[in-house]
Amino acid sequence: MSSSVGAQGAPIKSTGLHIGEPAPGVKKVDPIIVADGITRQFGGLMAVDVEHLEIPRGAITALIGPNGAGKTTLFNLLTGFDKPDSGTWTFDGESISGVPAFRVARKGQVRTFQLTKALGLLTVLDNMKLGAKGQSGESLSRAVFPWFWKKEEEAIEARAMELLARFKLDAKKDDYAASLSGGQRKLLEMARALMSEPTLVMLDEPMAGVNPALTQSLLDHILNLKIEGMTVLFVEHDMHMVRHIADWVVVMAEGKVVAEGDPHEVMANPAVIDAYLGSHHDQDLGDLDTAVVEAIKELADDDADDKQ
Amino acid sequence: MIDWLLLLSNAAQEIISPTTAAYALAALGLAIHFGFTGLLNFGQAGFMALGAYGFAIATLTFGLPVWGAILFGIAASIVFALILGVPTLRLRADYLAIVTIAAAEILRLLLTTNQFEPVTGSANGLQGYKGGFAALNPIPDGQYGFGPWVYNAYDWWVRLFGWTLVVLAALITWRLMKSPWGRVIKGIREDEDAVRALGKNVYFYKMQSLVIGGVFGSLAGMIFILPRAVVPSNYQTSLTFFIYAILLLGGAATVLGPIVGSVIFWVLLSFFSGFVARAVEAGWLPFMSSVQAGQLRFILVGAAIMLIVIYRPQGIFGNKKELAFVK
Ligand SMILES: Nc1ncnc2c1ncn2[C@@H]1O[C@H](COP(=O)(O)OP(=O)(O)OP(=O)(O)O)[C@@H](O)[C@H]1O
Ligand SMILES: [Mg+2]
Repeated sequence: MSSSVGAQGAPIKSTGLHIGEPAPGVKKVDPIIVADGITRQFGGLMAVDVEHLEIPRGAITALIGPNGAGKTTLFNLLTGFDKPDSGTWTFDGESISGVPAFRVARKGQVRTFQLTKALGLLTVLDNMKLGAKGQSGESLSRAVFPWFWKKEEEAIEARAMELLARFKLDAKKDDYAASLSGGQRKLLEMARALMSEPTLVMLDEPMAGVNPALTQSLLDHILNLKIEGMTVLFVEHDMHMVRHIADWVVVMAEGKVVAEGDPHEVMANPAVIDAYLGSHHDQDLGDLDTAVVEAIKELADDDADDKQ
Repeated sequence: MIDWLLLLSNAAQEIISPTTAAYALAALGLAIHFGFTGLLNFGQAGFMALGAYGFAIATLTFGLPVWGAILFGIAASIVFALILGVPTLRLRADYLAIVTIAAAEILRLLLTTNQFEPVTGSANGLQGYKGGFAALNPIPDGQYGFGPWVYNAYDWWVRLFGWTLVVLAALITWRLMKSPWGRVIKGIREDEDAVRALGKNVYFYKMQSLVIGGVFGSLAGMIFILPRAVVPSNYQTSLTFFIYAILLLGGAATVLGPIVGSVIFWVLLSFFSGFVARAVEAGWLPFMSSVQAGQLRFILVGAAIMLIVIYRPQGIFGNKKELAFVK
């Protein structure tokens, strides 16, 4: 853990990720995902309308924005779980537009879901083992002959136990995943995604519903992914967490990328305030959702902290 | 007076009857579909019909030897599984249910229509296809057995063949479900998007499951016609529902459940029908005709199954722990 922590106990941030002024669609030095002209309409609603977006490799990028901004939809599109109306994108320099979800995952781009998908009536250990890629025992012709895959299975189990221990789920290995708490399921889903040894991990609200006591360890896990050389793209509403671990922040509102930048700059950006408060924020704050007001207050508080 | 010994002995015969074996194998196929993969196949009767007709038509019309006829029936069920699966397995689970129930009915009506009478025998069905199978019988002529289980060489041969298939199918299923392949299959039942996100080709796995369970259904159809003739009215939707009843009775995601479920189902059915028929004869049920009595057995079996499902909803072999988490 120590290597990810700076002198004052804050994680070391990756910098110098972009080329030129930070603005929506800014070029990155070494992008892992490059997306162009992605649109997705639901009926009359333009859920996603992203002109150009690059995700920097080897860094932790946060995707933020108000509810309904299109973050999950963009995740679904990039991972092949949904088909866009237009647009192309590449992963690791290779075009993956229109590639089915399971192929995208095999290429090393693995995601988790906003609504956790633990496989309830499989044990925690089986959930983990399912994550491992390229298992020969998963082919029908070999499945009935255990001697083809016994060795491999043992290696997978060892790796699964190692990860489970790291996520403090090893004591639960023989329990049904359905018996885990909400937060533990989030952990399991993340650990399971890691079983596939991904290069890009996409987490949709990894902290939602997680007990604050678990939050810190989940943050550490995410920071660890970066140390191990993975790229992380995550959606999150908790601004403290975003500021704490993100190297880069992409802000979406009404389907569009409205701002990009490092976490400190981006939160001072008027476009972000607009995104969260709507363009009428100079009118009556009293009408606004109290949650939104809270979020903005948090940002202001954080900035005040930083200046001290 | 009722001859209880005869009733019990008739019921005991069902334990090893080829019909019980056929239902067990069909239910095992359904366990793969529904219990392990979560596929709602309501057309298992169609797969059985394809096995039965495939075997009989290959023998009678094409003159194939027994092994060729078996392969023909298997091939027919694989084609049927592909036809059902290709358009529906990408869609939501309920589409497969609708398509399978309709396809099995269409198939049965095609087999019943006069249009193909020379090949299918229409409503009268087919017979005279057993010669090749009987010729392979290694058991010398004669009566064998003890107690209620005394049969001639052919009847033993049918039972031996049928139950050997059931045991082989059960072993294969057991092996498969303990393998990483089975893990993917069970994962798909729980949440197919999660499995997709882990890089598994869910569509392909579902197709494999549909084919394997369908082939089991087809083999079950072949066992089913060895002690009787091929008649299209045997393959109604109610056949599928009886097999579902057997599956739920034994435990949907188990290997032994469908087999034991089938034995219990047939023993109960035989006992109740024997009992009701004798009771009507003996004047115990004066308000009933013997035709009505014939229907009563299904009511009684239904009641017995309801009791089991209420008091043991996971089935006989199902895992009680799972129930705590049923969504
Ligand atoms: N399958 C769908 N059918 C119709 N509309 C949809 C569908 N999925 C998303 N939308 C709409 O698209 C918009 C973007 O939704 P999305 O789930 O991407 O938002 P989000 O940014 O992830 O929000 P949250 O932060 O609340 O998770 C919303 O207005 C939503 O109602
Ligand atoms: Mg979302």
